[in-house]
Amino acid sequence: MDKLLKLLKQNALETPANLAKLLDIPEAEVRAKIEKYEKSGIILGYQAIVNEDSLNLKRVSAVIEVKTTPEREGGFDRLAGRLAKFPEVEALYLMSGGYDLLVFISGNDLKEVASFVAEKLATMTGVISTSTHFMLRTYKERGVLMETKHEQERLTVSP
Amino acid sequence: MNKNGSQSHPDRAPRNFIAAHLKDVPPSGIREFFDIVSTRKGVISLGIGEPDFVTPWHIREASMYALDHGATSYTSNRGLQSLRNGISAYVQEAFNVTYDPETEILITVGVSEALDLAVRAVVEPGDEVLYHEPCYVSYSPLVEFVHGKAVAVNTTGTNDFRLTREMLEKKVTRRTKALLLNFPTNPTGATLLREDLEGIAAFCVEHDLLVMTDEIYSELTYDGERLSIASLPGMKQRTIFLHGFSKAWAMTGFRLGYACGPADLIETMMKIHQYTMLCAPILSQKAAIEALHKRCRADVEMMRSSYEKRRNFIWQGLNEVGLSCHKPNGAFYAFPYIGGRGMTSREFALRLLDDQNVACVPGTAFGQSGEGYLRCSFSTDLEDIKEAVKRIGVFLKKI
Repeated sequence: MDKLLKLLKQNALETPANLAKLLDIPEAEVRAKIEKYEKSGIILGYQAIVNEDSLNLKRVSAVIEVKTTPEREGGFDRLAGRLAKFPEVEALYLMSGGYDLLVFISGNDLKEVASFVAEKLATMTGVISTSTHFMLRTYKERGVLMETKHEQERLTVSP
Repeated sequence: MNKNGSQSHPDRAPRNFIAAHLKDVPPSGIREFFDIVSTRKGVISLGIGEPDFVTPWHIREASMYALDHGATSYTSNRGLQSLRNGISAYVQEAFNVTYDPETEILITVGVSEALDLAVRAVVEPGDEVLYHEPCYVSYSPLVEFVHGKAVAVNTTGTNDFRLTREMLEKKVTRRTKALLLNFPTNPTGATLLREDLEGIAAFCVEHDLLVMTDEIYSELTYDGERLSIASLPGMKQRTIFLHGFSKAWAMTGFRLGYACGPADLIETMMKIHQYTMLCAPILSQKAAIEALHKRCRADVEMMRSSYEKRRNFIWQGLNEVGLSCHKPNGAFYAFPYIGGRGMTSREFALRLLDDQNVACVPGTAFGQSGEGYLRCSFSTDLEDIKEAVKRIGVFLKKI
């Protein structure tokens, strides 16, 4: 992966001037590259990684394993495409193994998620079965540990 | 009554028990500065000489696994066979020198011990050892401890703190026995070109010198080839290659290093090690076995690349705010020139600390030739580096 993309993945708030210094390239080049990535859809957006557990939002999240009947034309794509459009669906993957689609979903409470599964997901043409697992606690999200960092006992000056 | 007939009184003041030759060895300048900094709160420290990463999880986990499974014993004096095998393979691959794990490798408590053993195994009273300055704090004292004479060869910012044959020729005498090298260098970040190393190698052959090369920062080289003098023709037999896991693997607290070299020298070092240290801690050795595994390479590369970006940032940042700084090519230290302002390095560092709460280490902590320079570690969180550079800029405008 391009070094600039790696840096932005670590901290999307870094200014172009600082990015230029870090990479030892001109700032104009950084700006041009970012614009190119945004226009070409390589950078799709910028989001904060939020420790939602600590916000006490009472929201619930679940992962749902979905077994489907693939279609002759397009396999799983049509069904997955329709499913992905629901705003409740936060992430969706085609999987190898015992089921076909893995759906990440969240809602305000258990009932809301359950009703989405029962009324929307399970009733879609092509869906054979669903298996819903509710998440209990987040330990790590997108490479970031949710626990607060422990203070390091490093000497302030050392050889 | 004693045999001389005089009365011994229990309150009689004891004589001075301290060995005379240690009186002149000064305490590390780092220590003095540490004591000053630790009295202050909220300091942004660019004074830290160790990685700011925690040891990669794979390595920590391997050490815990070993503890879980009861690895609490001594190991052989030379160190675990599997670790020596791993080191042999790694040094061969990374440095292109082959060492026999049975007879040519010794596992030590950090490179510090390895270096101490090497000096003790080689230096006799009156022998001279050449070393380049500014340098890591312990080189000269180690030589003095064994009644040797440490002879500094000053390197300067005008040629990026490189060391050349010509500089060494001016200091060599009939008593010179060894040369101590440390590239990339703490505190200057200097590295050598192949031609420099070839010249130094020829110099050592001509004067029949042993080289002790401290390669601890090797993996943290940013531009150009990574080359050890041990790999040059004819040099393996007159080189003690010293390396360890502290820097590139972020394992300072594990205290694990190693020495590779001719079997007779390693055997002699092993003798001292056996009577003084017995062996390196087994848990650290187990961790090091994991550190050499291929799966940990991504961690090392991630850290190297992170230091490289911060190197780019601090080097440009310091130059922008008005401190002339060469581009460090290795390690994690920038070494800007602060001279020409009517202040010594120490005064500059103290006033910077006092005025802006930014701690940098005066260049003189690394030898007199460090006068006029300041060591700024970029093994520091990027946000802290940004703030520190800004504050240094403010300070420069005020003085």
